[in-house]
Amino acid sequence: MDKNIYIYILVMGVVSYAIRAIPLTLLKKPIKNRFVRSFLYYVPYVTLAVMTFPAIIDATRSPVSGIVALVTGVVTAAVGFNLIKVALSCCAAVFVTELIMQLLNMIQ
Amino acid sequence: METIYSLKANRKEFFQGLRDGLPIGLGYFAVAFSLGVMARQAGLSAFQGFLASAVCAASAGEYAAFTVIGAGASYLETAIVTFVANARYMLMSCALNQKTDPKMPFIHRPLSAMYVTDELFGISVARQGLFNPYYHYAASLVAVPLWSLGTAIGIIAGNIMPAAAVSALSVALYGMFMAVFIPPAKKDKIIASLVVISFILSFAASKLPFISGLAEGTRTIILTVIIAGAAAVFFPKKDEEEEEKNG
Repeated sequence: MDKNIYIYILVMGVVSYAIRAIPLTLLKKPIKNRFVRSFLYYVPYVTLAVMTFPAIIDATRSPVSGIVALVTGVVTAAVGFNLIKVALSCCAAVFVTELIMQLLNMIQ
Repeated sequence: METIYSLKANRKEFFQGLRDGLPIGLGYFAVAFSLGVMARQAGLSAFQGFLASAVCAASAGEYAAFTVIGAGASYLETAIVTFVANARYMLMSCALNQKTDPKMPFIHRPLSAMYVTDELFGISVARQGLFNPYYHYAASLVAVPLWSLGTAIGIIAGNIMPAAAVSALSVALYGMFMAVFIPPAKKDKIIASLVVISFILSFAASKLPFISGLAEGTRTIILTVIIAGAAAVFFPKKDEEEEEKNG
């Protein structure tokens, strides 16, 4: 297909910007409609959850380390680690898990 | 009201923003690296990845868009996926709107909107008093270049780095996602249930015949609209409260 990457980037940029700019520039009052407000409220959690699982399990070299990363993320986020620390804890968990698996010859 | 936007106050806020932006930028760098690995699979060059990150500054939005671009999606589909994955920024901009002095010069509104990300929004909205755009600009000025650079380096180095390091870094993005949805799930049983339902349905959708054949980004949109839509019907939010707590 002759799709142009720069047009994709333009589309991504325009949409990302519009989402952020519209409320700040055009909205004079908060959104009133209850369904719309509720829907917008739930969307981020649902989207992020859908994108996290099962993708996280396929991202690593073994599903086992992916599951370890998932558990690590849930636990560290639940105890109140900040965003960056949660992300780095997940990386460390995968690294250590795979190192152990390698020593046990479970992965190459 | 003149005083809060005095030159002196703006300068002070600007330098504080530079300081607060640095730890965010360093974390961004690691996460962007894993995004770069994804961007490479979608066929982006290092420069294109840098550009995409510089204009979007959106982890989930870019991730979702790259998955559909890699699958050869239409521009419309890319726009829809970007919109759904970034919908939460609309709420954040609304919240920022509430904290903004109506007397603030208008030009700062479209400019500040550019980089409303989870973290940059978080530190700006958590700051005492009314929103000062210079604080936000400074933090963005440090964090966004690191985000873009991380993406570019992920694209370049993703395939020359040891597999163990790539594998470990590849979960940084998901870690960041979890840090956004787990804390509110802990406080709110409805959100916790939605997270569990999302996991189950997302897993099922990746296995079931027909629907598993759809692109990942498309499945994400369908599931989001169904699950969040059902939640909005059955568990509508009460007035105000919670609304601004997002993020």
